[in-house]
Order: sequence, then C-alpha cells, then structure tokens
Amino acid sequence: MIAEHLPILQVVLPLLAAPVCIFLRNPRAAGALAVLTSWSALGIALSLLREVMSTGVVSYAIGDWAPPIGIEYRVDIVNAWVLVIVATIGAVVTPYAITSVESEVDRKRIPLFYAAYLLCLTGLLGITITGDVFNVFVFLEISSLSAYALIAMGQRRRALTAAFRYLIMGSVGATFIVIGIGLLYVMTGTLNMADLAALLPEVWDSRTVKVAYGFLGVGMCLKLALFPLHLWLPNAYAFAPSAVTAFMASTATKVAVYMLLRLFLSIFGRHFSFEVMGLDLILLPLALVAIVSMSLVAIFQVDVKRLLAYSSVAQIGYMILGLSFASVTGLTATLLHLFNHALMKGALFMALGCVVYRIGSVHIDAMVGLGKRMPYTMAAFVVGGLSLVGVPLTVGFVSKWYLILGALEKGGLWMGVAAIVLVTSVMALVYVWRVVEVAYLRDFAGDERVREAPWSLLVPTWALVLANLYFGIDAVRISAVARGAAEALMIGIGS
Amino acid sequence: MREEIVVRVGAKVLTPFIIMFALYVHFHGDYSPGGGFQAGVILAAAFALLALVYGLEAVQRVLPPWFAQMCAGLGVLIYAGVGVVTVLLGHNYLGYGALAHDPEHGQHYGIMAVELGVLVTVFGVMVTVFYLFAGRGTMKP
Repeated sequence: MIAEHLPILQVVLPLLAAPVCIFLRNPRAAGALAVLTSWSALGIALSLLREVMSTGVVSYAIGDWAPPIGIEYRVDIVNAWVLVIVATIGAVVTPYAITSVESEVDRKRIPLFYAAYLLCLTGLLGITITGDVFNVFVFLEISSLSAYALIAMGQRRRALTAAFRYLIMGSVGATFIVIGIGLLYVMTGTLNMADLAALLPEVWDSRTVKVAYGFLGVGMCLKLALFPLHLWLPNAYAFAPSAVTAFMASTATKVAVYMLLRLFLSIFGRHFSFEVMGLDLILLPLALVAIVSMSLVAIFQVDVKRLLAYSSVAQIGYMILGLSFASVTGLTATLLHLFNHALMKGALFMALGCVVYRIGSVHIDAMVGLGKRMPYTMAAFVVGGLSLVGVPLTVGFVSKWYLILGALEKGGLWMGVAAIVLVTSVMALVYVWRVVEVAYLRDFAGDERVREAPWSLLVPTWALVLANLYFGIDAVRISAVARGAAEALMIGIGS
Repeated sequence: MREEIVVRVGAKVLTPFIIMFALYVHFHGDYSPGGGFQAGVILAAAFALLALVYGLEAVQRVLPPWFAQMCAGLGVLIYAGVGVVTVLLGHNYLGYGALAHDPEHGQHYGIMAVELGVLVTVFGVMVTVFYLFAGRGTMKP
C-alpha cells in the first residue's frame, strides 16, 4: 500500500516534519528528526529510481483527480535521477548540520533552522517530482523563501544583506517564471506538463508562446545563476551558515537546471528550443563566458567560501555548456555534472564548515598551515579540489570527459570549446592550489589549541569525499542512468 | 490612545464581531469570495486592533508569541495531516472523497479542513510578523 504513495510521501514527509521541528523546541530533538526525515527521503528517492528503471513512468494523481485536470506527480528517469541527487545531499548534510549549526546559529533559533531547512528540502523535492507547471512555481517559492531565511541565519550581519539581495533577485526570477507559466496557460488552457507538451505544437507560431519562452528562460537562468544573472550567488553562499552553503550549493542550482531542462526540452521540445528559438546559440556564449570569467574571478578571492562560490558559477557554466551542445552526449555531461558537482561542492563546502567550526574563519590567511593541524579536513578539501579540477579517478574527470567527448563529436569550431574546457580546468587547479599551498606549505601560526574537527563533522564530509572517488572510478552505472535520462529528455514527454 | 474611552470601548465591542466575521469568511469560502487565507488575516487583525489600543503586553498575555508561532506550524500539520488521513482511508493524497460516504460531502469536509489549516497558519504568521514589528528590539523570536 505504501509503495503506490511513494511519490507523495517524498514531498509530504519533510513537509510534515518541518512544523514538528517547531513544536519540539529542543535543538537536538529537532536535529534528530531532520536526520531521520532526510534519510527516509533518500530511501524513497532510491526506491522511486529503482521502480522507474524497472517499470517506467510512475504517475500519482493528487486528490484522486486524474491528470491533466488534477495535479499529477510524475516520476520518469530524469527527475528520479535529480530526486536521488537532492535526497543524497540532504541525507549527508543533515547529520553534518547538527554539530555545525550548534556553533553557528543562535541556540533558540535552531529548531526554526531545521523547520526552514526541511521546508527547503520539501520545495526542492517538490519542484523535481511534480508534473504540473504551476506546482513547480509553488514549490519554487517554498524552497526559495526558506532559503532566504536560512541564509539570513549566518553569523555575520552581512548575511542579512546577502539574503535580501537574493530575495530581490529570486523574486524577480520567480515572477518571470510565473508570467511565463501564465502565458502558456492562456495559450493552451492546461498546466499539466505532458498535456502542455502535446498542445503546444499547435500554437508554436504565436508570439505569446515565444514571449513565454523568454520569460521562463530569464527567470530560470536567474534561479540557476547563469553568468550575467549570478550576482546574488557569491554573497549568499559566502555568508550563509556552513551547512546551508553545502546544502544549497549542491542542490538549489541543480534543481533549477533540472527545471530548465524539463521545461525547455520535455515540454517545448528540442525542435522548438534548438531550431526555432536558437537556445543553444544563446546559452553557448553565456556558458563559455561564465566558465572563463568566473574561474578567473575565483583565482583572486581571499575568502575561500567566496572562491568556491565563484567556482560554482563557473561549474554551472559547464552544465549549461553541455545543454548547448544540443546532443545526447552533451546532455549526458550536463546530467552527470549535476550529480558530480553536487558531490564535489558538497564535500568542499563541508570541509570549509569544519574549518569554520575550529578557527571561525575561512579567510585564506587564517588557513595558513592548517594541513598539519586538521589533516583529515584538509585532505577532504584536497580530494574535493582535485575532483573540481577533473583529475582522473574523481567524478570531476567523468563530467569533463563527457563534455569534451560531446565537443569532439560535433567537430569543427567545437574543438575550441573542448580546448576552453581543458584550459579552465587548469584555472581550477590554480585556485584550488592557492588554498593547498597556504594550508600545507606554510607553518601554522595560529592558536595552539586548534585541533582536528570532531567526528560528527568529518564522517559526513568524508562520506561525500569517498563518493567522489567511488563514482569517479566506477562511473559505468551512473553514466548509464544519466544517458538514459538524456535520451528521455531529447525525446520529450509528449511522444 | 489608551486614554480615549471611545476607542477603547469601540475596540472591545468590535473584536468579537471581527472574530465572527473571520469564521464566516472561512466557512462561507466555497460559496462566496474568501477562504482560509482571508479569514486568517481578519482574525489576526482583531488581535492587531487590540494591541494598538490596549498595548502589546496586554494582548501578549492573551496570545503569547510562542502560541502564535505554534499556530504557524500547526496549520501546516492540519493541511498535510488531512492528506495523510485520506491516504490511510485508502484514497490518494488529499482525495477528499474518502472523508464521507457521499463523495460530494467529502469534498466539502476536506476543503473546509485544509482551509482551516490555512487559516491557522496565516493567523499565526500574521500575528508573529505583527509582534516582531510592534515589539522591535524588545523581543527575540
């Protein structure tokens, strides 16, 4: 009986746990409940993925109203994949948050922190699982509003301005998205994704649909922080509590990328996106500029959290680059990088959270000589950094491999794109090396009492680090899932 | 304003009617404009009016900040809980048809129940926001 309700439980479980966290009022109890919830969410996501792999699309009609009239939750291989990514990160970051948050957030606010955190998880899972475009908007607001609150809980007062800035930019993005959805509804009279995909071809020629496409595109690029619309991201990541940064950096932008893929490929279809609207021609230059310029900016950062935040914007560029190839290999690279980047950035930001826990700062000058004082933490940082660079035997290598493969497949001028990917990997090496050099090649000069971070922080961090290595070595199964998802996206859900 | 007898008596007389009106807006939500959200705002307005006239402390004795915060969470539980109940009764999530023999009645009960959840949450959030603004600097959330 439970099995048929899995799609709704995926969303409702964290939604129910969030208010209970407020009632508990005890930081430890709320944390324990959050951990339990995030683990069950992962269990549900995994069983959904298994079900989808064996039996195909899973559909759930909310309120017994059959789609397309009612709201449908529709799990196919694409969103089952993204659900697993989000739930995995949630399951790893939540236990980490217990210790990390205690040192960074006001004790009275910790239950509220977990409530907001679980709501954010609800929203992200909801965006991913739903088959209804208006529902996407609703969950987008749930995840965004709770994210603003989470970021504002950062220690420094600048967290408030960072959150406010994100609030403004995020609201503009959400408004654009809802305008786009509204225009689509006007033209087709439906909000169901599969139904939209079937009805849209009739009205493709109308200007309304093209304007809707534009609004949706800009709105989602704001949410996923594509290059010129990324300004909210560095400060939001830099000033949020460590656990929040680790969670958001590995999930929020990924879900936004998923949203973009779902709307533009599944609903509008690849023909409309690539041949009529020229999506690839718009995204390619933006992605390339994002990769090169943001890697360059990252090199000159002194706050390591900001450095990684800029690197995140560059990495989002790689994901969008894969999309702009308009090929199955390119999309496979995008989908793989969703997962891989979540693993590497999660590990890196969690390692930084360990540093913050011990020395209270991630300024590069404060990290001098930490390699000897906090060997496990800094080793985690190094492995995560290598993965970011794309060294073989790490997941970063797998992503870059598929990206370059996609570029080589297309040949001609795309060879240049492959070259840019290689050059920017070296740039990533430069900014990772800056930290490694400071941490390992110089003598520790800070407080003598600085010790290794506690196990409660190290174990989740290393879980992600080892995942970086494991999926870098055994990438066969993961790549197969990603390729299956890419093929499903290219076909669209209508046909 | 605490010295103005007309305002003090007026606020006292109006309060029960405002609360009644909130409930009317809630229960009449499926026949006329209104529903849980509007009802929650009106209900919160009743307490805001009292606070403006009698002072924040007086109202917080009746409606403590922690209670308002609980309400914000409780509403979500009511809403999501209704869905869980329908699942336990063998229907899909939020399939109100499960709530009565006649599915049409079930739809009525179901929508009233989830709207009640909306009412409670909106009321709790509105009061909390009002308290935070009115008691700026004196109260920790």
